[in-house]
Amino acid sequence: MNPPVAPATGGGRIRTPLPFPTAAKPAVADTQLRANLHRATRTIRAKRARVVDEVPDWEALRDAGSAIKADVQRRLPELLEQFEASATAAGATVHWARDAAEACRIVVALTRAAGADEVVKVKSMATQEIELNEALEAAGIAAYETDLAELIVQLGDDTPSHILVPAIHYNRAQIREIFQRRMADAPADLSDEPAALAEAARAHLRRRFLSARVAVSGANFAVADTGTLVVVESEGNGRMCLTLPETLISVVGVEKLLPTFTDLEVFLQLLPRSSTGERMNPYTSMWTGVTPGDGPQDVHIVLVDNGRSAVLADPVGRPALSCIRCSACLNVCPVYERAGGHAYGSVYPGPIGAILSPQLTGVADNASLPYASTLCGACYDVCPVKINIPEILVHLRQQAPHPPAERATMRVLSWVMRSPRRWAAALRLARAGAGPLGAYRERTTGARTLRRLPWPASAWTRSRDLPLPASQTFREWWEKQ
Amino acid sequence: MRIALFITCVNDLAFPATGIAVTRILRRLGHTVDFPADQTCCGQMHANTGYRAEAMPMVRNYVDVFDSYDAIVAPSGSCTAMIRDQYPSLHPPATSVAARTYELSELLVDVLGVTDVGAEFPETVTYHPTCHGLRMLRLGDRPLTLLRQVRGIKLVELGDAEECCGFGGTFALKNPDVSTAMLTDKCARVRDTGARVLAAADNSCLAHIGGGLDRHRSGVRAVHYAEILAETGATS
Repeated sequence: MNPPVAPATGGGRIRTPLPFPTAAKPAVADTQLRANLHRATRTIRAKRARVVDEVPDWEALRDAGSAIKADVQRRLPELLEQFEASATAAGATVHWARDAAEACRIVVALTRAAGADEVVKVKSMATQEIELNEALEAAGIAAYETDLAELIVQLGDDTPSHILVPAIHYNRAQIREIFQRRMADAPADLSDEPAALAEAARAHLRRRFLSARVAVSGANFAVADTGTLVVVESEGNGRMCLTLPETLISVVGVEKLLPTFTDLEVFLQLLPRSSTGERMNPYTSMWTGVTPGDGPQDVHIVLVDNGRSAVLADPVGRPALSCIRCSACLNVCPVYERAGGHAYGSVYPGPIGAILSPQLTGVADNASLPYASTLCGACYDVCPVKINIPEILVHLRQQAPHPPAERATMRVLSWVMRSPRRWAAALRLARAGAGPLGAYRERTTGARTLRRLPWPASAWTRSRDLPLPASQTFREWWEKQ
Repeated sequence: MRIALFITCVNDLAFPATGIAVTRILRRLGHTVDFPADQTCCGQMHANTGYRAEAMPMVRNYVDVFDSYDAIVAPSGSCTAMIRDQYPSLHPPATSVAARTYELSELLVDVLGVTDVGAEFPETVTYHPTCHGLRMLRLGDRPLTLLRQVRGIKLVELGDAEECCGFGGTFALKNPDVSTAMLTDKCARVRDTGARVLAAADNSCLAHIGGGLDRHRSGVRAVHYAEILAETGATS
């Protein structure tokens, strides 16, 4: 018998091209980006808090959501087979994709088989993850995003920077500029009023909906006992894509399963309140295979692993697969608010991205992401499925490759601090060494602080004074009293 | 009750005044405090930076040093949270001592049942609830309950109080740009209050915020709230 093989890691747009601190530097310095993010995250954060506060059993709902997802993770293989059987019985064709490349190949082949050279797309994280638009383009197939924010990002030759609000990094003046530059049928006198921008996009997209023969979607939920897929959205573009074309291809991460249809009761309460801060989302579309004479008659579901089995194999990191992509953790994260989504280098930014991306790729490929957090815990508090993000961040830091100088320093400090005798001696030494300097600084500047130190301590003193050891340590005071 | 003080490594070296303050408060309330000299560090920096193996000797040392006490008090929300949240899973024999480890306001309010510690501090003060005390220990308004009883104090509310200051341990060094951006906003909110003193439950966060306030010669002093509770107005 062969030894068990470790599950494969994933590909696609889930790797940081630059370490997070390097990528964050220009973002922090971009005043327009900072203003856009500050305004948008605080607005959604306040909306979410308002509508969550009014639900008396919110904590019980979170517990239920967390428990259902944990159950799914415990018996995922069995539920996937059940889903395949239910969906197939209802007339859908289920495909299995090991990774991003295989998923893209399947969608390209299905689109070609339908005789189409263009597809309309429902907003979907999974297709962004596998870089489907790029694969379709390489195969000579045009992919048209129909979600307003995804359309903005696509026309701007950009990538999404937020899970729910992909164009959060733009303000309306920037969006008007993109539309005027790239949308041929935009009115010449287009203003930057939100209603005018939405109307321009609506007119632009209407022709696409009516002519498209193939639609590509993701799914928020896949129900094992019925074979139903669910898409939750706000604009109605999804409903158009899911009903008008003849062929519908849905790309679904294997973790999206729910055991039973009634489990939706929990998640359709948790998701809109956590996500857009609404009591209920405007459009919830559900379809189960093919309904003869109504909607798409050629229905395909591509179940994608792309690293998820590797996440599942780690019992501590596994809850990252519970994520329902609501973005509440992004909106409340002080690091995300300042660095923006692109700094995370993955379609999954923010706190959830910092634990999901490194697990999908293997930690070595995204080693800076588990450190892109102060462990303040705000994300854990708002997570509708109670993913303990700080705990998983700390867990992943154990696996991250450590810089040699840091490792050496940490080992020396540990060697000193594990011994009461060495630690007491080190305290005496530090006080004796830096004490006179501290006294001098206090005499000349009024504070026992240093204002400029060479690298690597400059990372501290660039923005903060550094306190020097006191004239006596606490234990010296204790012994003398 | 046998109460031991866990001073924490940062306080021992750089902020002895906080430990002295805790000692004075507890003695003033009629309690005896021990300071076991074999204590070192809780191991949080190692564990949270990815060096759990290197933290383990400190975890075991903590159990050896403190296991015989009824209550252990630490003037740090973050170190207390490390002990209470992480020790039981890192080292199961630490479960019992971890449950007997309290942040100062928990010891005073919950264990000793005191909210007025007889302090006097005639200054305008604003309070920053540091993240691990706020969201891991769920200290709630315990520190503020204690501060409200201080004679002469004028407490002013901090805007966006529950937002992290950007310290985050080694985060401050690994991500200096984002850390500085967060610090700048925290300092601005502190200065908006007009307070002359910023109080908090963690000297590590205060070294960061206070270091930023000092850098800009803001004239605002950052102090651990224990030092306010220790003040009686009498010259010491």
